[in-house]
Amino acid sequence: MTISDQIDATPGNTAVPGTPARSARRRRSRLEIVPIVTLILFLGPIAGGLLGTWAPAFGILPVLGGTTPTLDPWRGLLAAPGLGKAVALSVGTGLVATLASFGIALWFCAAWHGTRTFAASRRLLAPLLALPHAAFAIGLAFLMAPSGWVVRALSPWATGWSFPPDLASVNDPWGVALVLGLVVKETPFLMLMMVAALGQTPADKALTIARTLGYGPVMAWIKGVLPLVHAQIRLPVYAVLAFSLSVVDVALILGPTAPPTLAVLVLRWFSDPDLALRYQAAAGACLQLILVAAVVAGWRLAEVVVSRLSRGWLVSGRRGGAGLGARVASAGSMAAILAIAVGSSAGLALWSVASRWRFPDLLPGGWTLETWTRALPALSGPAWTTLTVGLAATGVALALVLGCLENEQRSGSRPSARGLWLLYLPLLVPQIGFLFGTQVLLVAAGLDGGWTALVWSHLLFVLPYVFLTLADPYRALDERYARSAACLGASPARVFLRVKLPLLLRPVLIAAAIGFSVSVAQYLPTQFAGAGRLPTLTTEAVGLAAGADRRLIGVYGFAQAAPPLAGFALAALLPGLIARARRIGRMGGRA
Amino acid sequence: MSADRRGPDEPRSEHRLELDRVGLALDGRQLIAPLSLVIEGGRVAVLMGPSGSGKSSLLAHLCGTLPPQFEAAGRVTLDGADLTDLPPERRRVGILFQDDLLFPHMSVAENLAFGLVSRVRGRAERRAVVERALADADLAGFGGRDPATLSGGQRARVALMRALLAEPAALLLDEPFGKLDAALRDRFRAWVFDHARRRGLPTLLVTHDPDDAREADRPVIQLA
Repeated sequence: MTISDQIDATPGNTAVPGTPARSARRRRSRLEIVPIVTLILFLGPIAGGLLGTWAPAFGILPVLGGTTPTLDPWRGLLAAPGLGKAVALSVGTGLVATLASFGIALWFCAAWHGTRTFAASRRLLAPLLALPHAAFAIGLAFLMAPSGWVVRALSPWATGWSFPPDLASVNDPWGVALVLGLVVKETPFLMLMMVAALGQTPADKALTIARTLGYGPVMAWIKGVLPLVHAQIRLPVYAVLAFSLSVVDVALILGPTAPPTLAVLVLRWFSDPDLALRYQAAAGACLQLILVAAVVAGWRLAEVVVSRLSRGWLVSGRRGGAGLGARVASAGSMAAILAIAVGSSAGLALWSVASRWRFPDLLPGGWTLETWTRALPALSGPAWTTLTVGLAATGVALALVLGCLENEQRSGSRPSARGLWLLYLPLLVPQIGFLFGTQVLLVAAGLDGGWTALVWSHLLFVLPYVFLTLADPYRALDERYARSAACLGASPARVFLRVKLPLLLRPVLIAAAIGFSVSVAQYLPTQFAGAGRLPTLTTEAVGLAAGADRRLIGVYGFAQAAPPLAGFALAALLPGLIARARRIGRMGGRA
Repeated sequence: MSADRRGPDEPRSEHRLELDRVGLALDGRQLIAPLSLVIEGGRVAVLMGPSGSGKSSLLAHLCGTLPPQFEAAGRVTLDGADLTDLPPERRRVGILFQDDLLFPHMSVAENLAFGLVSRVRGRAERRAVVERALADADLAGFGGRDPATLSGGQRARVALMRALLAEPAALLLDEPFGKLDAALRDRFRAWVFDHARRRGLPTLLVTHDPDDAREADRPVIQLA
């Protein structure tokens, strides 16, 4: 069976039989609005935002009196000190981080696919996705700092240090800490995307075939399985590349400072008190977009070249070895990633309840809740904003995604590659490249700094993840359930509410948990759409991260990480509880 | 030409596949009761049974790809060597499934070259062996085609040639005739059996089609 067979076999579910034609048509036409509304909600801000960023880059920004086209912003940009180094840093850290994450994820899949370790690692890595980037980066900074856990563990017995050394282990000028932070966060994401892609291809059979033809496990995977899944992991890899090249919050916490990466430099200009710098900032934002587009195009070109060059190698008959070295090394890398993530989170928690924590001590000398009680009054406002915005954005995203998927099934249309690209657009266009323009539009509409604007801006990033998580289970649901319900006389709406939703409870909850965690993690959209007036736990945590009060930073970092983790725990527990309640209820009914 | 020595039609030394009280269990539940069986080179033994009787799992055990949740007992030897601790790639056991599972990212010729042993070196020589295999499968001139453009019978033949080019010492057939229509099935079956016999390969066929069993050799083992 080839891949093309599989794609052709995707069920194009048609209108449910057994409903009166007229009502079916009416319902369908009402649902058909949903994809259009979704596209407008979704592409409108991006298109408008790009326009509102590119126009000021050429001198047009009527709010500030710019009405004549000029190239001055670009001249200012090119003359800005440190620009070349900032660009080089962005490209270097972004490329290295993506290559490393992709490489480790691929290597691990190649070495371990089909084993128990592989299945177990999936379960271990999934919770890492819930951890917001900023909280994780703060935890990593705690871990790597000259007075962090790593140095403490080695001091004084190995290093001889009884005082924290004077080292730039975080915010190092080369961006090593930034790359490490990105790799630890992106490898699990790519790994889980690969697992999802493997589940949709006859990967296990292909692996069996290649192994029985005499290929070692790693070579069998690279030659026989990777080409099958590569097309499906291409967009996630591009998203990681675009993200790593333009990330702001992680770069603010872990990245170099003089100069910083391009995205951070541009953000500095955008928030400069001198309003005239907005033009130069807009040009910088455009440069960031060009940079991402160029690097993604370069990556695509490299894919083509590599696949051309590997043609002969693919069929040369080389079988490869037993792959033991690859197993040990890739498992070691994964274990290190897991350990760093756990250590970072634990560091946040410990600092938030530590009273005394002298330097070479591994654990605090005393415990207290004082930091929490002191922080709570200031924390509650941002926490409330975080929760309400997250829940609202997730709710709207779920409604739109379910509407789109249900419409897709009722109208019998098939998911297309172009649709997938549109969906990935907010993840591919760098945030700094269009959010300023979106803010300009919001100001013009009088919506800036409002709760609605914040929800909307989060929706842009929540929606793709909710869609990507929910689409496969929704499309894979056995259509006979819906058909038999329809044959029992249930209307399409009733089939949706009483049959499909309950059957899909678990994936819907997981999609909601992912959507919520994406919303909680948003830094830049919150800064721009909230106009600084609606702080969330994320913006507060990032703002504090540069400060010296570790206990307070720990409180905010931990508070930021807690809601998404709670969301995932709920999504994991609720289906079981509901099923139990149903069983008890049924037994009660019988008695 | 030196490649002639390794042409796919040349008869080989006799191989011998032996199962000694091989049993399978899943989650502590017995799936296949201990089974002993000797298949001489060039003979086609048959394993029959309804779906769910563990036939395919037994084949997976023989080629070393049994999922870890299964427990296997007994000993499998090929040409006297114990297979138990060998990874699939070192067992020299070829397998053919109901789905031909040709790699969609390779042309027909590339699929065959993927199977061809690495001992045959050099682009020209490898191509020559592949061309001969294509001719042997009545598919001369099809090398550059995308497997998806071939008919079911053609693809099945490519899948067998691919397995044989890896020079296995035993052949496992997991209902490979099930998807073909009746007329094609008879011809393809005869062709597969002919290849297995000429190469002296001990062959184990799993099926639930009595016609398959009639055309094969002995023993025919019925699983509950």
